Amino acid sequence: MLTIKNLHAEVDGKQILKGINLEIRKGEMHAIMGPNGSGKSSLSSVLAGRENYTVTQGEVIFEGKNLLDMAPEDRAREGLFMAFQYPVEIPGVSNLHFLKTALNEIRAYHNLPALESKEFLKLTKEKQQLVDFNANLMNRSLNEGFSGGEKKRNEVFQLAMLDPKLAILDETDSGLDIDALRIVAAGVNKLRSADKAFMVITHYQRLLEYIVPDFVHVLYNGQIVKTGTKELALELEEKGYDWLKEEVHQKESV
Amino acid sequence: MTSDKSFYEFISNGVPGPEQKVDADNAILPARKLAFSRFKELGLPTIKTEEWRYTNIQRYLKDAFTLAQEEQGTVTAEQLKSASIPQLDSYRAVLVNGRLQADLSTLPSGGKVTVSKLSDAAGNAQLQAWFDKHPHLQSQPFAALNAALFADGLFIEAGMNASLDKPLHIIHVYTASANAFIQPRHLVVLHKSATLEVIESVVGISDNAIAFVNGVTEIVLEENAELWHYNIQNTVKNSRHIHHTSATQKADSRYHHFNFTLPSAELTRNNLSVALTGSNTETNLHGLYLATGTQHVDNHTFVDHLVANCNSNELYKGVLLDDANGVFTGRIHVNQDAQKTNAFQQNNNLLMSEKANINSQPQLEIYADDVKCSHGFTVGRFSEEALFYLRSRGIGAEAAKSLLVNAFAFDITDQVHIPALQDFLAEKIRQYVAGAINN
Ligand SMILES: Nc1ncnc2c1ncn2[C@@H]1O[C@H](COP(=O)(O)OP(=O)(O)O)[C@@H](O)[C@H]1O
Ligand SMILES: [Mg+2]
Repeated sequence: MLTIKNLHAEVDGKQILKGINLEIRKGEMHAIMGPNGSGKSSLSSVLAGRENYTVTQGEVIFEGKNLLDMAPEDRAREGLFMAFQYPVEIPGVSNLHFLKTALNEIRAYHNLPALESKEFLKLTKEKQQLVDFNANLMNRSLNEGFSGGEKKRNEVFQLAMLDPKLAILDETDSGLDIDALRIVAAGVNKLRSADKAFMVITHYQRLLEYIVPDFVHVLYNGQIVKTGTKELALELEEKGYDWLKEEVHQKESV
Repeated sequence: MTSDKSFYEFISNGVPGPEQKVDADNAILPARKLAFSRFKELGLPTIKTEEWRYTNIQRYLKDAFTLAQEEQGTVTAEQLKSASIPQLDSYRAVLVNGRLQADLSTLPSGGKVTVSKLSDAAGNAQLQAWFDKHPHLQSQPFAALNAALFADGLFIEAGMNASLDKPLHIIHVYTASANAFIQPRHLVVLHKSATLEVIESVVGISDNAIAFVNGVTEIVLEENAELWHYNIQNTVKNSRHIHHTSATQKADSRYHHFNFTLPSAELTRNNLSVALTGSNTETNLHGLYLATGTQHVDNHTFVDHLVANCNSNELYKGVLLDDANGVFTGRIHVNQDAQKTNAFQQNNNLLMSEKANINSQPQLEIYADDVKCSHGFTVGRFSEEALFYLRSRGIGAEAAKSLLVNAFAFDITDQVHIPALQDFLAEKIRQYVAGAINN
């Protein structure tokens, strides 16, 4: 579904991604871990098409198409979704109106008619329950005045509504208390299916107890320095990242 | 007129004077003559005139104009469609170059609200009493010029307790086959406890020649009267507009004014002023200006608190795209006796390009001590992060921008009490934002 080859990217003239290689297949759940500043958000930003990043080398193929050639909206329409680490507040744009616009633009891209209001509301209700998203927030301005947890739930709610092929969750767990974390994780698990894939960025092993990954990758200094299974996450939890950093530096100095 | 003669010369000596005007019974000829000498005395403003510092009006008067006297500008029903507001159920008055077109209009009849040609009503006692009497117009050269030589316009009178079952939509069409200086003039009088909803659409239909429109609207709200007044300026590129709207509010009256300046006139200068002469009044001034290309939009507002216990509230918002230039001046005057005044003013701007520009200044003159006044001014750049957020959800760049602009304008459009008008404005905003992006 997604193939990342030797991806290099910079922002403001600073090299951030330094040769990422990653293959994600249908049905898989990938976790990306790594210390602060290692480039996790940068990777998801480059995939989603944030314009201040410049790709200097490498390629990304998504469902057989060159992802890096597409505008951000077309990536979304092709089935890519990124839950933001820091969701944006947009005063004056209602949550509901925003979602309806997004959903219908994606449908139009696939030559589908716009959803009838009734169908849209039905879908909304269903997905809202999935992540236990407060119905009162639906008519409010997008993320405006939402608590940290409400914003994160809204991201997962949008994910459920837009039903992408590949979802990237950038630290969706940070800022959630344990109950909220369970609900969000249960929601994500319900969205898992054989033809969908996930890339979950997290700091904590905690989330991975609920959302069990097929692969765990460690991103450090713009590269994936280690790949393993869910046991790797446990190991990181115990030992921290320092041993990995040392390993990397030893390799470099050889 | 040739362009080597100054506009002032041309008006003073080169055109038929007020004596040539034929209003009913020549009833306002003395007022016209008075205004003409006032104009000659005042002269035309330059950029050294404080009120015209950011609008170099001389630049827009350089071309050769004739004083348009076309009795019947040609406008077809098809052309009127562009000014129509879909789903709006209203009475309709169509004016071409200031002249009421009865065949294209559906006026209220048989009730206590009358809509007539100003020239026909010149002998009316109300007109006699109010014509060119507004204190704020006395120092304005363009208003004086208008009073002296205006072509025609509307006289609207709502009797005591009168109201209409639906809004009155006035469509002002301006068209010029050769560069023309067009002067419409209107007077609106609401008697005690009358209520009216008026929507004005200002449109142009020809871009071949310059239409310079110098208009004046005087408004009188008697005790406890209420006027909802929407003004939508949406004309063609080759048009230039100066409009003075001056209202007088008596005790307990309520005036809600909305000004929407949309593309594409190259010059728009609005002088909106309200004199509060009775207590317990309410004044709401809402403005939205959306300027693209090389448009210049200048809003001068003036709220004059002459007596105690009045409330005024003003919110103007601007979205400037491309190379557009905006000016906002908000003057609030609170008389020594005007205790317990509440006067609020806010001007917010969104610049959507590097080259767009805004000059905004409040002018607070407060001579009473027991008052609540505030003013604020902001300029924001477009939020790239918000735009990316919307696009990352599959919303195209254009749609995302228009969503954000509509959101910015929401405080204003939300106050519009007519749903059809709200929809119309949202659609216009969408079109112009998309158009600007495609430039
Ligand atoms: N706009 C930017 N300009 C300069 N440096 C940036 C910018 N955005 C991110 N960075 C840098 O890129 C590196 C990776 O950041 P990020 O991708 O946010 O890491 P992570 O999500 O793993 O914590 C950090 O060193 C950060 O300071
Ligand atoms: Mg991050």
